[in-house]
Amino acid sequence: MSTSTPAPAPAPAGPPPPAPEEERRSLDAGAILRKYGIVLVLALVVITFAVLTKGNSLGPQNIFNIIVQVAPVAIIALGMMFAIITKGIDLSVGSTVALAAVVAGSLAQIQGTAGSQFNYPAMPIFVSIVAGLVVGALVGFVNGSIIAYFKIAPFVMTLGMMSMARGLAYIYTNGRPVSNLHPQFNFLGQGSILGIPVPIWLLAIVAVITWVILERTRFGRHVYAVGGNDQAARVSGINIGRVQVGIYTFIGVLAGLGGMILAARVGSGQPTLGQMLELDAITATVIGGTSFNGGVGTVWGTLVGALIIQVIDNGLDLMGVSPFMKIFVKGAIIVVAIILDERKNRGR
Amino acid sequence: MADEYLLEMKGIRKTFPGVVALDNVDLEVRPGTVHALMGENGAGKSTLMKVLIGMYAEDAGTITFEGQDVKIRDTKTGLGLGISMIHQELAPVPEMTVSENIYLGREPKNRWGLVSRRVMDAMTRDLLREWGITIDPKAQLKSLSVAQQQMVEIAKAISYDARLIIMDEPTSAITEREVAHLHEMIRKLTERNVAIIYITHKMDEVFKISDYVTIFRDGQLIKTLPAAELDRDKLITLMVGRELTQMFPKEEAPIGEVVLEVRGLRRGPLVKDVSFQLRRGEILGLAGLMGAGRTEVLETIFGIHKAESGEILVHGKPVKITSPADAIRADLALLTEDRKATGIMGVLSVRDNMIAAALPKYSPKWLLQRARIKTDTEAQRAALRVKTPHLDQLIQNLSGGNQQKALIARWMLTLPDILMIDEPTRGIDVGAKSEIHRLMSKLAGQGKAIIMVSSEMPEVLGMSDRILVMCEGDVTGELSRAEATQEKIMQLDTTAVSV
Repeated sequence: MSTSTPAPAPAPAGPPPPAPEEERRSLDAGAILRKYGIVLVLALVVITFAVLTKGNSLGPQNIFNIIVQVAPVAIIALGMMFAIITKGIDLSVGSTVALAAVVAGSLAQIQGTAGSQFNYPAMPIFVSIVAGLVVGALVGFVNGSIIAYFKIAPFVMTLGMMSMARGLAYIYTNGRPVSNLHPQFNFLGQGSILGIPVPIWLLAIVAVITWVILERTRFGRHVYAVGGNDQAARVSGINIGRVQVGIYTFIGVLAGLGGMILAARVGSGQPTLGQMLELDAITATVIGGTSFNGGVGTVWGTLVGALIIQVIDNGLDLMGVSPFMKIFVKGAIIVVAIILDERKNRGR
Repeated sequence: MADEYLLEMKGIRKTFPGVVALDNVDLEVRPGTVHALMGENGAGKSTLMKVLIGMYAEDAGTITFEGQDVKIRDTKTGLGLGISMIHQELAPVPEMTVSENIYLGREPKNRWGLVSRRVMDAMTRDLLREWGITIDPKAQLKSLSVAQQQMVEIAKAISYDARLIIMDEPTSAITEREVAHLHEMIRKLTERNVAIIYITHKMDEVFKISDYVTIFRDGQLIKTLPAAELDRDKLITLMVGRELTQMFPKEEAPIGEVVLEVRGLRRGPLVKDVSFQLRRGEILGLAGLMGAGRTEVLETIFGIHKAESGEILVHGKPVKITSPADAIRADLALLTEDRKATGIMGVLSVRDNMIAAALPKYSPKWLLQRARIKTDTEAQRAALRVKTPHLDQLIQNLSGGNQQKALIARWMLTLPDILMIDEPTRGIDVGAKSEIHRLMSKLAGQGKAIIMVSSEMPEVLGMSDRILVMCEGDVTGELSRAEATQEKIMQLDTTAVSV
């Protein structure tokens, strides 16, 4: 294919357009607020809980906890963002987390100890980690393929997968947790490199990769184009189905990674892992400015969005709020976030 | 005397962040008259009407309707006062029937408080009969043509017993015959002392039906004049603030070898055995009524629809096109008819919109070549005079004409040899329109081959080197530039080929 520079189209006659300087400045002010307003929200939430917990929430250990805890949710939310940018959703991430955790766990189990139900031949730990990622990828690939080729709404497909993947996790483990994991596997959730916890490293790597994909690759432009107007994207030669398969597979991989981090943190892969995690991932994404109307969403926003819900979650814990109340509050937050998103869209 | 006016809007001002959309505008409308609003896109006509019906709140100014000072804060208030509007983009409920759409939100109820479908259908039947519209009240909206849907919208507006009906480009999507019908309905309405505010870009219409003409430019009301005191040139001058020498400037270009040949293309009832050749440097006009199959021919060639049979040859070689990506690789481009539905990606930047179809060229190894993208999109912006503060601006914030130019840039970046353009200037202001015509002519001069579908007769006659006329999926005739006249085209576009 030719890569030569196209000749600029010939200029139509007429006076050149006046430079709308004034317009530019005021639009930029709005753009800055839109881009960084989310940080203001984060600051507000942090300050509110600092006051409510009389400063306890600002303790170094607590801040460390928040950051380590946010990693798996943020990793999965970064994947969720791809689905929501294209007006889709992935409700199966929580179940994918469980399936990847039990499969990876089963391969990382120390043999012969009491309670080890799998007893596979010994293998390097990276095999189990790759297996966890592959399981996630497979779940996502099935989601994406069925969405693309049978033109099923992502909501419906992933709702079904939510139950199927969870079911597989129970079947595989017979409903029992996969314990006695190899310390090398637990390193994923409990270890540190250069004094920084491994989950944070993983989140940083995923964030950079995600950013590069969205902003610097053809696939990223396709994601935004499909979300902005799928019919126009199609006319522009973009294969929407292929984009969807890519998106859901990528989400699956990230859910698999998130699942292994969660399992490694507690040293056990449980088939009940990751329940309601899809809600956290969706909330983080939407608070972070990704619009259900498609075409809009940034890595930066999603990371801050994940931090916001983690700070709220942690702050409610410190205040001794009951876990039942927390479930209610989380649901309320997503409803508010969606209302705000709708209002923003109506304004334009 | 103040009360000779039905509507008086005084000193209306409306600003959006960074833009003064309306600056101290006064508009007076007399009952029983047709008052045309004209001006380039973004001149303020639609904004003023949205203020009037309560979709926007004005920053300053007063509105007097039938002698009463009114504050219209939502569309329901407007309807209650007797002001209804037919929007440019129709908003019917496709799954509902005609009568359900017309009486949406005010369904007649029986004594049990339930909706009475029988009464509703009867009322609709009477309404449609009175206005000479032959549509079944029980038909689902989605089964109707765009033109019929338009008629339903108009009937709905009338059914509110409106004293003032605003029509925003009501004829942009309907055929000549339906336009005549609409004009007849407007005449009947004015006889009943209903006032019509009529927004349009079509000059001929203005002189045919309007009593008064108000011209807008850049958010300001330039002038209101009785239509009788205006002529075409004067009106254009007032609208653009400068002289437009020629509206349809297709220049002679050397016509070269055949670059595209279509043989026996078939797809469903709208593409029956279509064959033609297209040459380098040529603009081939595709004329016909709405629903004649013109758009479908382009879409089938471009791989949006699957052809049932037929051959496509580019530069003499057969090509297999089963998707738009194949078509782009074969050096074809298609600028679609519906800018909003299949053209722009509204929440994306102008730059992202421009490169959407040329991504493989700008990312040979997956990573985007950002410097090249920047250079080339800036070059297109300058060449096409896309009016935008910067290319990171969201395309939805641009006027229709500038959106269209950005979409032309999208296809120029794919370096096509064959450019298919469906309704190149629909819903675009006069200034941008003539720029786009000039551009098409230059592109032909540079050796591109162009197929243009247009429902505007002057555009077809002015721009085409050769015209194919379609009727009900068949090509019913071919006319050279020299022999083509409006009458001949209208003869051919109604001549169905019997099977």
